[in-house]
Amino acid sequence: MDPNQLYDVLIVGGGNAALCAAITARQAGASVIVLEAAPKHFRGGNSRHTRNFRCMHDAPADVLTDSYGENEYWEDLLKVTAGHTDEKLARMVIRQTSECRPWMRAHGARFQPSLGGTLHLSRTNAFFLGGGKALLNGYYRAAERMGIEIEYNAEVNELNFRDGRFHSAVVVRKGFTEVVRAKTLVAAAGGFQANIEWLRSAWGEAANNFLIRGTPYDNGHILRLLMNQGARTVSDPTQCHCVAIDARAPRFDGGIITRVDCVSLGITVNQHAQRFYDEGEDFWPKRYAIWGRLVAQQPGQIAYTIIDSQAMGGFMPPVFPPIQARSLRELADALKLDPQALERTVAEYNAAVRPGKFDHAILDNCSTEDLQPAKSHWALRIERPPYYAYPLRPGITFTYLGVAVNERAEVCFEENRKLDNVFAAGEIMAGNILGKGYLAGLGMAIGTVFGRIAGEEAARRAHA
Amino acid sequence: MRICNACRYCEGFCAVFPAMERRMEFGEKDLLYLANLCHDCGECYYSCQYAPPHEFAVHIPQTMAEIRRQTYSEYAWPGALKGLFAHNGLALALGALIAPLLFMTYLYAVAAPGVFFGAHAVADGAFYRVMPHGAMIAVFLLLGIGVAVAFAAGLWRFWRDLGEPLATLFDGKAMQQAIVDAMTLRYLDGGGEGCAYPDEVPSTARRTFHHLTFYGFLFCFAATSVAAVYHNLLGWQAPYALLSVPVVFGTIGGIGLLIGPVGLMWLKIARDPETQDRKQSGMDTTFLAMLFLTSLTGFLLLILRESSAMGVVLAIHLGIVAGLFITMPYGKFVHAIYRSAALVLNALEKRRPVKLPVGEI
Repeated sequence: MDPNQLYDVLIVGGGNAALCAAITARQAGASVIVLEAAPKHFRGGNSRHTRNFRCMHDAPADVLTDSYGENEYWEDLLKVTAGHTDEKLARMVIRQTSECRPWMRAHGARFQPSLGGTLHLSRTNAFFLGGGKALLNGYYRAAERMGIEIEYNAEVNELNFRDGRFHSAVVVRKGFTEVVRAKTLVAAAGGFQANIEWLRSAWGEAANNFLIRGTPYDNGHILRLLMNQGARTVSDPTQCHCVAIDARAPRFDGGIITRVDCVSLGITVNQHAQRFYDEGEDFWPKRYAIWGRLVAQQPGQIAYTIIDSQAMGGFMPPVFPPIQARSLRELADALKLDPQALERTVAEYNAAVRPGKFDHAILDNCSTEDLQPAKSHWALRIERPPYYAYPLRPGITFTYLGVAVNERAEVCFEENRKLDNVFAAGEIMAGNILGKGYLAGLGMAIGTVFGRIAGEEAARRAHA
Repeated sequence: MRICNACRYCEGFCAVFPAMERRMEFGEKDLLYLANLCHDCGECYYSCQYAPPHEFAVHIPQTMAEIRRQTYSEYAWPGALKGLFAHNGLALALGALIAPLLFMTYLYAVAAPGVFFGAHAVADGAFYRVMPHGAMIAVFLLLGIGVAVAFAAGLWRFWRDLGEPLATLFDGKAMQQAIVDAMTLRYLDGGGEGCAYPDEVPSTARRTFHHLTFYGFLFCFAATSVAAVYHNLLGWQAPYALLSVPVVFGTIGGIGLLIGPVGLMWLKIARDPETQDRKQSGMDTTFLAMLFLTSLTGFLLLILRESSAMGVVLAIHLGIVAGLFITMPYGKFVHAIYRSAALVLNALEKRRPVKLPVGEI
C-alpha cells in the first residue's frame, strides 16, 4: 500500500467478486490494489462458505451434465424472486455464466465431478474442488503472481469524493490510518449482515436472535458510505439469504455445517408447540431458503423440528446431535415446551395423516387431510420413540439491500448525478438480480460475472 | 469428523472424505481406518473454512498424523520394540553405525589375512572371499524372515481391529485396486494438479519424489532378486559386469533412492509448520536417511569394488542394508503396510451397499 501512488483500480473487499474484478483489471493492464478487511486466514468474505456456481449450458460440458438453458435458469430465478429482479441484468448474468469456467480455471479455480450427496445438482451447478475457500486460495495465488497488491486487515473507513468523482479511500490498518488514491473504485465489500445494529433497524428486536452464518467482516460500511453519497438502492433491508439453522450454531461464521436438513421429514413447531407452515410443501432445496424468514416471524425467533425414529438417518447428518427423548412429554420438557400442547399438536397431526406411499425422492402422496397448516408430502405419523428434536433459528448468510448498477457495473446515483468512476460487484449489488428468495450457486454467478465486468470497465475508465 | 461429514466440501480430494460419508458414527476402528487412508497431502487443511483460527479448529492432517503415529507404535511386533518409534534417532544410530561396525568386526575377524583390506579384481566371487556366501545368505534370510513376521503380525492385528475378517484382506479385486492405488499414488493428485505440499500451492513434487523412492526401492529389490537367481540357479557369482541386469537395475533403483529421499527430506523441511506432525519427523528422517545411505554405499561399492577399500565398503553397505531391514518394522516403512490395508478396505467398502442418506444441499 503506497500512499504516494495513484492506483488505476482500488478494490474494496476480498471475496470472489473482488478477486474476479482485480484479476480482470490487471489483465487489462491496470495497476490494482485489493483492500481486504479480514485477516489473511479469514479472507474471502462469504465466498469462503460457498461451494458451487450456477451455470447455464446448452449441452453436457466438463463437470456439468445434461443441459440448463437460459430460459430454464431465468424461470427458476423468476420463481424464487417472485419478480423482484431486473430481467436485463439477470439474463446478462445467466448468459455469461456459460463462458466463465475456462476463465476461472485459468486463474486457479478447480472443479470436481459431482459426487455423493449432491448428484442431482450437477446439472445446474459446477462444484469447486474443496469448496469456496479453495477457489479463493487459487484466485489469491493468481492475483499475487500477476502483481496485484493485496492488503489484509485493511478496513476502509471513509471514501473521499471530489468534483463528483471518487478520489481516495481512508484505510485503517494495524491501528494506522492511511490514504489510498485511485482513479477508479470497485466496491465489492459484501452485504451488511454482520452489522446487528443495521439488522435491528430493519427487523426490530427480533434481530437479536439472528445467527450470522456468513463472514463477521461484512458490516455494510461501504454500502452505507455509497448510500450517503446518494447511490440508489435496490431490494430492502429485510430481504436476505436467511435459512433455518441449528440454534446451537455460533453467532458468526458457522457456514454450511449449521444447516438442518430434516424439516421436510417431521413437523416444526414454535415455542407454543404450534405448527406454523407446511413442512412438506416442496423439495427441500426449493423450500430451504424460506424457513429462516418463517422462524424469524415466530415468537422468540425459535422453532423445533421434531421427528421420530422412522425418519432418523434419512437426511444429511447435522453437526449438532439431536435432542432425544423416549416420550413426547419428556421431549417437551427438554425443549421447555408445554408438554400437553406438544402432545396435542402431534396427536392432531397424526390423526390427519392419510396413508400413502412414502418416497422422499418424489413429491409423494403422504399428506394430511383437514389440518391447518397442511403437510402436503412426506407426512408420516410421529409415533415411534425415541423422538428427536433440532432447535432452529434464523441464520443469515447475506443481505440483499444493495446499490443499483447498470450492465457496465457502474453504480447508479440519485438525480442522475454523474460519478463515472465507481463500480460495484458481488453481494453489495446482488439485490439487483436477487431481490428475494435464493437459488443455490447464484451468488457466485453474480459475483463472478459482475466482478469481471467491473474489473474490465474500471481498467478501461482508468486508462481513458 | 462430524463437522467434515456435515460440510463435505473436501469430498473430491481423496478417499478419506467419501469414506467418512459412508459412516454416521466415528468409533476407534473408523478413526484407525481413516487415519491410515489419509495420505497427508494437506489440501483439506488449506481448503477448510473451519481450520484454525476458526473456533471449530478443524485440522484433519494433524489429527490423522497423530492417530497414524499411534497406529505404528501400537501394532509394532514384538510389542517390546514399540518404544523404537519414539526413539527413531536411536534406530538410525543402530542401523547406520552399529550394524556396519558389527559387520566390519565380523568380517575382519573371519577373513583371511590380506583379504579384507586387499585389492580385488571383478572376478567370480570377489565379494564372497570377504564374506562367505553362506554367511551372507544366513544373515539376510534370518533378517528377512524376522521382518516379514513382524509385518505380518502387525498387519493381522491391524486388520482385525478394523473389524474385518482375515478372508476379506485377500479379496482379489480389492487387492488389485489397492495395488493400483498405491503404485500410482492416486490419492496424491489433488484432483489433477497435485497436492498442497509442502505448502498451499498444488504441486506434484511429493508424488514425484515418492515415486522415485518407491520405484527406486523396487528396482533395487529386483536387482537383488535377479542376482539371487543368477547365483543359485545359474551359478553365476557376484560381482556382475556393469551392464548386467542386476547392476543396471541396481543403478536405476539406486539413482531413485538418491534423489527420492533427498527430495522428500527437502519437502519435509520446506513444509508449512502448521501441517507438520513434529513428533513424527524423527521417524520419517531416519527412514529416508537409511534409504539414502543404502543407495550411496551401494554406489560406493560399485566404484570401489576393485580397490583395496572394497572390504570395508562391502561391510558398511551390508551393515546399512541390515540396519535398514532391522529398523523397517519400527519406522516409517510401516506406513506402506497399513496404508495398503486401508486401501484394500476402501476398495471393499466402495463395493458394499451403503444405506446412508444423501444430502439436499
